[in-house]
Amino acid sequence: MKQCEAAGACGSEQRKKLDAVIEASRATPGCLMHILQEAQAIYGYLPMEVQKVIAEGLGIPLSEVYGVVTFYSQFSLKPKGKNRISVCLGTACYVKGSDKILEELEKQLGIKCGECTEDGLFSIDSCRCVGACGLAPVMMIGEEVYGRLTPDKVKGILDSHREASK
Amino acid sequence: MANVNLKINNIPVSVPEGSTILEAARAAHVEIPTLCYLKDVNCVGSCRMCLVEATGARGLVAACVYPVSEGMEVKTNTEKCRKSRKMTLELLLSTHKKKCLSCERNHNCELQRLSAEYGADEDYFENSPRGYAIDDSNPCVVRDNDKCINCMRCVAACKKQHVGAIGPIARGFATHVGSAGGVELKDSSCVGCGQCVVACPVGALTLKSDVDPVWKALSDPSKKVVFFTAPSVRATLGEVFDMPVGTNVEGKMVAAIRRLGDCEVFNMDITADLTIMEEATELLNRIKNKGTMPMFTSCCPGWVKFVEQSFPEFIPNLSTCKSPQGMFGGLLKTYYCEKHGIDPKDLFVVSVIPCSAKKHEIKRPQLEGDVDVALTTRELGSMIKTAGIKFTELEDEAFDDPFATCSGGGTIFGATGGVMEAALRVAAKMLDGKFEVVDFPEVRGVSPIKEATYTVAGIPVRVAVASGLENAATVLNDIKSGKKQYDFVEIMACPGGCVNGGGQPTLPDSIRNSADLKGLRAKALYTSDKENKIRLSSDSPVIETLYKEYFGAPNSHKAHEVLHTSYKANPKI
Repeated sequence: MKQCEAAGACGSEQRKKLDAVIEASRATPGCLMHILQEAQAIYGYLPMEVQKVIAEGLGIPLSEVYGVVTFYSQFSLKPKGKNRISVCLGTACYVKGSDKILEELEKQLGIKCGECTEDGLFSIDSCRCVGACGLAPVMMIGEEVYGRLTPDKVKGILDSHREASK
Repeated sequence: MANVNLKINNIPVSVPEGSTILEAARAAHVEIPTLCYLKDVNCVGSCRMCLVEATGARGLVAACVYPVSEGMEVKTNTEKCRKSRKMTLELLLSTHKKKCLSCERNHNCELQRLSAEYGADEDYFENSPRGYAIDDSNPCVVRDNDKCINCMRCVAACKKQHVGAIGPIARGFATHVGSAGGVELKDSSCVGCGQCVVACPVGALTLKSDVDPVWKALSDPSKKVVFFTAPSVRATLGEVFDMPVGTNVEGKMVAAIRRLGDCEVFNMDITADLTIMEEATELLNRIKNKGTMPMFTSCCPGWVKFVEQSFPEFIPNLSTCKSPQGMFGGLLKTYYCEKHGIDPKDLFVVSVIPCSAKKHEIKRPQLEGDVDVALTTRELGSMIKTAGIKFTELEDEAFDDPFATCSGGGTIFGATGGVMEAALRVAAKMLDGKFEVVDFPEVRGVSPIKEATYTVAGIPVRVAVASGLENAATVLNDIKSGKKQYDFVEIMACPGGCVNGGGQPTLPDSIRNSADLKGLRAKALYTSDKENKIRLSSDSPVIETLYKEYFGAPNSHKAHEVLHTSYKANPKI
C-alpha cells in the first residue's frame, strides 16, 4: 500500500506526467482508455492511488475507472517486475506443453501467474499467441523471445536475466 | 414530432417517432417482460428478456432499446420468443442462490415472477452459485451477489445519484457488482439513500432488518415503547396491502401499530413543524446577520452525508437543524421523559421512516441513543403481516397526544418542495404578519430543479428545490461557479423526495414502468395538507405548547441543545 501512495503522490515526476496526460485528453469523449494506457506506461501498473487521481481529474466515480481497469486484461493492478515474463498459452504452445513451462517458472520464482517477485526482478503473466508458433512452446521476457522451451531450460534463462540485471 | 404506425401482435398502434418497441407495446396494451430495464433509471438492453420478432430485423431484438419504424410488424409472443426467454431465465437461475423462501423479495421478485410465467425449470442447468460473500458491512444496505443477475439497475441508480459507489467489476463470468478496489460498501462513497435497493429486481440488495429488537421491546414489560411515523409513510404503507398507489392510510396505520403490542403512536409531522420553526428562524437570522448563504435544508440524511463526503466546502451552508427524526428522538428523551417521569433508558423509541439513510442517521454522534430503531415502511408492513392484522379492514384511529395534531406544512415534508413550502409559509408570516399566502405552487411537482423568487416585506427571497443527488450536484456546482444565486435551497436525496425513498414498498416493474409513483404518492400528502385546518407550522397548538413549556423560543439555548447538530467533512470519491 505504501508503494501505491507514493505512486500517486503530488509533485513527483510521474505525477506531473500523469497530470499532463489527463489535462491534454480530458475534453475528448471516451478518453479514459487512453489515459489508463498512458498511466500504465508511466507507472508500470495502475495502483488505486493512480486510479483516484484519474477519477478526480475526469470528475467520474472511482468505481467506473476501476470497472474499466478490471475489464481489460491489458491493465494491471499489481506492479510488474523489471523482467516481465509472458508465457504463451495459445493453442500451439499449449499442446506443446507451455503449461509445464509456466508451472516451472512459478516454482523457480515462488510466485503465481499475475504476480511479481518481492525483489521486483520478475513478474509472470500468460498471453495468447506471440506469433511464433513454429517455435512452440514460447515465452517472452521483455522484448526477447525464447522458443522450443523445456522445463529444464527455465532455470538457466532466469539466471542469465538475474546476472544481466545486476 | 411525427408519428410512426406499426403493428404489435397484429394490433395497430401509432406512437411518436423515436419510441422503442417496448413503449409502443404499452400503447397496444401488450406487456413485454423485462429485467434490466427500469423507467428513468436503466435502459441498456442487456438481459435479453424483452426479445421480440420484428420485421426488418435479422434475429430477435431487444424491445427496450429497439426503435420502431413505419410499417413495422412486431410479434412478442411467438414460440421463438418464449423459448428464448425461458432459456435466459434458466441460465440466470443456474447461478442464482435459490434461498427463495427466506428471501425478503419472496413473492415480490421479478426473476421469480417471470420464471413462474414462463415455466422456467430452476434445475434445467446444474445450479452453482458463484460463491460471493455477503457484504453487510454498511449500516443500511446489504449486498448478496449470489442472488445478483447483473442487470446493473443498481449501478445505474447509484450513478444517477451522482454517488457512483458501485460499478461492474471484471469481465465475463467473473463480472460482479462491487465498489472500487473491491472494498466493502461501508468504505465506499455510499450515502445510504437506498435507491439501489429500490432498483434491484431480485433479493441481491436489501436493507438491514431491524424488526427483531422492536418485537423484543414490545414484549419487555420494563420498556415503554413509542412509535412515531414520518409524513410519507401514510401515503405508501397501503401498497404493501395491495391498496391503490396514493391511498392515504394514516388512520389504519395508527390502528395497526397499536395492535402490534403495548405502545403509543405519535405523529412525526409534529417535529417537521418544529424543524420549520427552527429552520425559518435560522434563515431569517442568517439574512439579518449576513451569515453563510444560501442556507440548505438538512432534513435528509442521505443529502447531509453527500455534502460531508463530496462537497464539504458547503458544510457551513447546511442548516444546523436536526432532521425531524433527530428532533423527535431528542424531544422524547428530554421533554417527554421529564414531563412523564420516565427514565430515558426505559423508553424505547421506534421511528417509522420511508428511508434507508435514516438507519445510519440514528447512529450519528450527536443523535446516537435518541432513537433506538428506525423501521422502514416495508419493515412496518412485514410486522403488520406477521402479527396477522387485517390491515385493510381496520377502523381509522388517531395519533396519541401530546404529539397528534400537526399542520399541513408538516405533512408535505414527505415530497420534494414540501419543506421549502412549509418554511416559506412560516418565514413569510414571521417577516410580515399580514402575509396570507399559504400555497406556493412554483416549488411543487416532480421536476428535477425548481426555482422561484418571493418578495416578502420588501425582501426578495430566491429559492431552489432539487431532488435526486444528480440534480443536487448541479445546483451546488452552479452556486460554486457563480452561475446561480439563491438564499434558501431544499434538497432531498431521492428523486421525488421521501415518497420515493429507499425504504418504501417495492412495487412490480409492470406498475413502476407505467405509473407515476412519485406524483401519485405526493398527491396524497398535498390533499391531506389542503384538508388540514392548520396550514402553518407556527399555528399548531402542539408547537405553541412546546415553546411555552420547554424551549422558550425558536433558536433558544435550550432549542440548540436538543434540536440542533453539527457536521463533519469526510471526503470520499
